[in-house]
Amino acid sequence: MIANVLPLSLFPALILIVGGMLIPLVPQSFRKVYMLALPVVGLLHFLSYPFGSYGEISLFDFTLSIMRVDGLSRIFSAIFFIATALNIIYAWHVRDTLQQVTSVVYPGTALGGVLAGDLITLFVFWELAAISSVFLIWAGRTERAIKASVRYLIIQVGSGVLLLGGLILYAHDTGSIAFDLMELSSFPVLLIFLAFGVKSAFPLLHNWVQDSYPESTVSGTIVLSIFTTKLAVYSLARGFAGTEQLIWIGAIMTLFPIFFAVIEDNLRRVLTYSINNQVGFMVVAIGIGTPLAINGAAGYAFCNIIFEGLLFMSMGAVLFRTGTIQASELGGIYKSMPITAFFCIIGALSIAAFPLFAGFVTKGLIIDAVSGEHMIWIWAILLFASAGVLEHAGIKIPYFAFFAHDSGKRCEEAPPGMLIAMGISAVLCIGIGVYPAPLFALLPFPMDYQPYTTAHVITQLQLLLFAILAFVVLIRVGVYPPEIRSTNLDTDWFYRKLTPAGLSVIGRGLNVARQWISASSQKRLDQFIGRLYRLHGPESTLARSWPAGHMALWIAILLGVTLILNYF
Amino acid sequence: MTDETKQTQAGEKATWLDNPKHIDYLVWALVALCVLVAGADFFYVKHPHFDVEHIRNFYGFYGFACFVFIVFAGKLLRKLVMRDEGYYDR
Repeated sequence: MIANVLPLSLFPALILIVGGMLIPLVPQSFRKVYMLALPVVGLLHFLSYPFGSYGEISLFDFTLSIMRVDGLSRIFSAIFFIATALNIIYAWHVRDTLQQVTSVVYPGTALGGVLAGDLITLFVFWELAAISSVFLIWAGRTERAIKASVRYLIIQVGSGVLLLGGLILYAHDTGSIAFDLMELSSFPVLLIFLAFGVKSAFPLLHNWVQDSYPESTVSGTIVLSIFTTKLAVYSLARGFAGTEQLIWIGAIMTLFPIFFAVIEDNLRRVLTYSINNQVGFMVVAIGIGTPLAINGAAGYAFCNIIFEGLLFMSMGAVLFRTGTIQASELGGIYKSMPITAFFCIIGALSIAAFPLFAGFVTKGLIIDAVSGEHMIWIWAILLFASAGVLEHAGIKIPYFAFFAHDSGKRCEEAPPGMLIAMGISAVLCIGIGVYPAPLFALLPFPMDYQPYTTAHVITQLQLLLFAILAFVVLIRVGVYPPEIRSTNLDTDWFYRKLTPAGLSVIGRGLNVARQWISASSQKRLDQFIGRLYRLHGPESTLARSWPAGHMALWIAILLGVTLILNYF
Repeated sequence: MTDETKQTQAGEKATWLDNPKHIDYLVWALVALCVLVAGADFFYVKHPHFDVEHIRNFYGFYGFACFVFIVFAGKLLRKLVMRDEGYYDR
């Protein structure tokens, strides 16, 4: 076993980070195998750690804990390794060293964050994840990608600054840097909460996902879609489980992206809205905070990484082969890419939570946790959001890419690496759906949960099948909105249009003021200089050249006056 | 679209889904499934958390209504937020 070979002091996150940085030194012919070995060895090595804290280092008055293994960090770490391996297989055709390095190092940094046992270690990996991931957006190598990556970096580093500020004040107030449950009742904790909120894309803080992820490369977007938001979900589950505010924040997160996804033409951007929506389900569960709910959040995160990743992979394959990912330009691609279409449908059925697929068994945990707390409005919102998921991720993605009107595009099927990665993901989606016991055993808390009850299966089928019926009716009567190439304004409008426009107005105002001040002071200065000139200039009274006779006369007068004064 | 692509399309074999009648079959199959799952509500004992779940086929009606609402709300949203593709490039 790997356990006997690698020392426990070699942390699993380092295997990915250091191993990933060594990729450029490995010859291309051997590189893919080397890359795949990193997450496989890393996972096996990770599983050899018993629960506990490792790598404790004293720093000033604090003790850092580089690695903490428990039920919550184990399930997130396991899926991070699996996802890294799947992405490497998917990108088997990619020979770009920048992407190869980043697609291993960045998951390693996110893994380091998940395993962090204290807030300082978390902060270090939090920022490393921000910096390493930006290279995946740069790898798009377009002007749009470069601009989007700068905006992305500002927001991600901003989240790190919030976390740093929060942890310094928190450590000052409490004398502790423990990354454990925190109470949202003080300013430092609020800063930490907001830092997590930015990265998990809370409502109004969400738009960096749509702005940046679709600008990356075919495989880069898939890598990005997984780690940052799920690290944030983990952090919320670790630090803020049971924080009631999260219930409503999460509920709003499930709702608003649905409407944007309906009208979005770029299918990879549709999936970024889906990320917001899916993370919303997890955030609601974290807000409830019961063991069942936390299991729901962790289990749903695990499955979501697989089926959302599968959907991103299938759309990446379509982009790779057809050169476009606009729904308005696609359709009928199933004729060229039937296997990709099949895998996409598996992903769609999973995310929509059809029985026998991964989403069903894990989303059920969350809905049950909400029902158990008798929160009828949250329950109604999550059901509504489930219909929304079906609309944009379950139907829109496969229907407009592969079916709908035949676009006439004909291309090759996806390359073998992509098909294998999608195939493994699809098998996992069905495997977990049919036999969830191994996944349930991996969840943080022991539980007695039976997903396949008659009521659960029937009610879920009613919800989904009638929603599909609604889609069919709307399409048949011609009411369903057509796909149109467009830009849909979202909160990025505030910093991409309003702020520059506002700054421009302020700049123009300042310029007018400067001109007015300058003109008016110039006028006063001119008047002053004019007066001086009149007094002291060559033509002025004081500067006039007087004849010597005048001088002699004045001296005579002065002397005369002095003489007279001396007589008295 | 290139001429080559057009030729390939002209020569390619029609698939099962190319026949509109087959699409109708799928739609009717969906209707039949809906009737089936709605009818299934009469044949098992429910233990609901909320009163509203006592309504037969509540989830079906709710799913249908939500979907229609989402699509119409999306259409309204488009009027509000849709701009041309190069909006941010100007």
